[in-house]
Amino acid sequence: MPITVNDLERTVNSGLTTVIKKSEIKFDQLFISIDIKDLSSTILYLKTNNKCRFRQLIDVTAVDYPGKEKRFKIIYFLLSPENNLRIIINSNIEESTKVPSIVKIFPSANWMEREVYDMYGISFSDHPDLRRILTDYNFQGYPLRKDFPLTGHTEVRYSEEKKKVISEPVKLEQEYRNFDLESPWEGTEYIKDKTKKNEIKEDA
Amino acid sequence: MTKKTKTMNLNFGPQHPAAHGVLRLILKLDGEIVENIDPHIGLLHRGTEKLIEHKTYTQAVPYFDRLDYVAPMNQEHAFALAIEKLLDIEVPIRGQYIRVLFCEIGRILSHLLNVTTQALDVGALTPSLWGFEERETLMTFYERVSGSRLHANYFRPGGVNKDLPRGLNEDILVFCENFPKVIDDLETLLTDNRIFKQRNVNIGTVTKTEALEHSFTGVMLRGSGIAWDLRKAQPYECYKDFDFKIPIGKNGDCYDRYICRIEEMRESVKIIKDCIKKMPSGPVKSIDGKITPPKRVDIKNSMEALIHHFKLFSEGFRVPKGEIYTAVEAPKGEFGVYLISDGSNKPYKCKIRAPGFSHLQAMDYLLKGHMLADVPAVLGSLDIVFGEVDR
Repeated sequence: MPITVNDLERTVNSGLTTVIKKSEIKFDQLFISIDIKDLSSTILYLKTNNKCRFRQLIDVTAVDYPGKEKRFKIIYFLLSPENNLRIIINSNIEESTKVPSIVKIFPSANWMEREVYDMYGISFSDHPDLRRILTDYNFQGYPLRKDFPLTGHTEVRYSEEKKKVISEPVKLEQEYRNFDLESPWEGTEYIKDKTKKNEIKEDA
Repeated sequence: MTKKTKTMNLNFGPQHPAAHGVLRLILKLDGEIVENIDPHIGLLHRGTEKLIEHKTYTQAVPYFDRLDYVAPMNQEHAFALAIEKLLDIEVPIRGQYIRVLFCEIGRILSHLLNVTTQALDVGALTPSLWGFEERETLMTFYERVSGSRLHANYFRPGGVNKDLPRGLNEDILVFCENFPKVIDDLETLLTDNRIFKQRNVNIGTVTKTEALEHSFTGVMLRGSGIAWDLRKAQPYECYKDFDFKIPIGKNGDCYDRYICRIEEMRESVKIIKDCIKKMPSGPVKSIDGKITPPKRVDIKNSMEALIHHFKLFSEGFRVPKGEIYTAVEAPKGEFGVYLISDGSNKPYKCKIRAPGFSHLQAMDYLLKGHMLADVPAVLGSLDIVFGEVDR
């Protein structure tokens, strides 16, 4: 029997009372926040529980907030084809935190975690094969961190003298131009708009 | 006396016609039996997600064409839907119909390429020659509507860029009349072909549970007998107005996936016909001047339209704070966009979930114990395009 997203929120909240820090429904999707140490148990619960049945891991990703004390937020997307529901699990972590790997629960997490490691430098404990995946061999740095420049640090070219492809620091003919086109006057609420909205509300 | 055997390491690619792009496989072989596969990807990595963080929402759309360049508009669709949900705007009904029309054209484009190149990988040359002729016709439809054959940049947040040019609907209908005959012809070459069957039946078999465990979506999942299609399960746009079937396979092998794709093309033709028949008139994009650019004519006559046009193409529009995951049923599987907006005119984070990524990951599981010659057959049936795997 398929359940709705509200039922799901109740089920998850009662099943994982001690674990869930925050849960909310946005755009018909359930977002929950947990502590990183409870990650494996939460995901295993969601996968095996008879009511939840989140049997598919859709993706793993992270977000970088450089100003915060806990710099990264790691996010897991699960899908339950039987219930036709999605759940999005997030957890705030520090740069040095080792995230428990969930490859044992979902084999497809392997590459997804490798990608997070490659792009953000978040390391995973008990991962069978934590190597870089998308960037070049011998790549340095973590590209999706906010402090990594868009142009990167090195560029590659074929060197006629050495007869091989070499990498050297980026040389730009022209500085990267980042135009700030945002209008400082945006966001004013005009009285006209306000009255209009009220009128519409009254009609409805 | 016992014979000593040694495993051999074989490097396959990155430049190999059967690798469907730039894939490098490190194969560990015991004679001709595959023991282990380690795919090396990322040779086409362009840092799309990083680039999108530095562009306004309008400027980010063309990057989606360059992901799965075989069916570009399906990708734009996911991004446009994510922005529209965050902005809480609705696309006019004609715009939605045009989107569905071109998504289905994209599906045929992608499946045609995949089915015929899969046949090419196992030794049949003719299907690809026939298939590419049809793809050319479909790409002219893309060109007529957007100005380019591949990188369309046609689905914009709030609707589509322009209305259909005169006469396009009739030409698409003519195509729909002729195309089923081409599918029949392709099937006479492949479906009962002894060689094609020998190379594909019982190769790369996936069970239902394993398909779910390995995050398979799209045809990879349906080929194993799970009737899961986002167009039916979580209908986005106006897909609920259309009547279509979801073909599913029985055995989950390469051959079933081929059959699924063939049947899906037939269903797409039905949707396209239905879509043109039902297509309402009206605007094709949201009339909110703060989101969608004004008409060329209006710019000449109205000061407000001129300002809107200037501001939209310099500053862009702002998207309210929030996070959202939207997914569409792209030809290759579930294509998702996870968007975080911080209230400015650029996305704070845009994660692209490409179906090919998890499919390619399963290479090792799919091919363990198979022969070396099965590697291209399975790779062909996975429907891999490196634009989206490497991003």
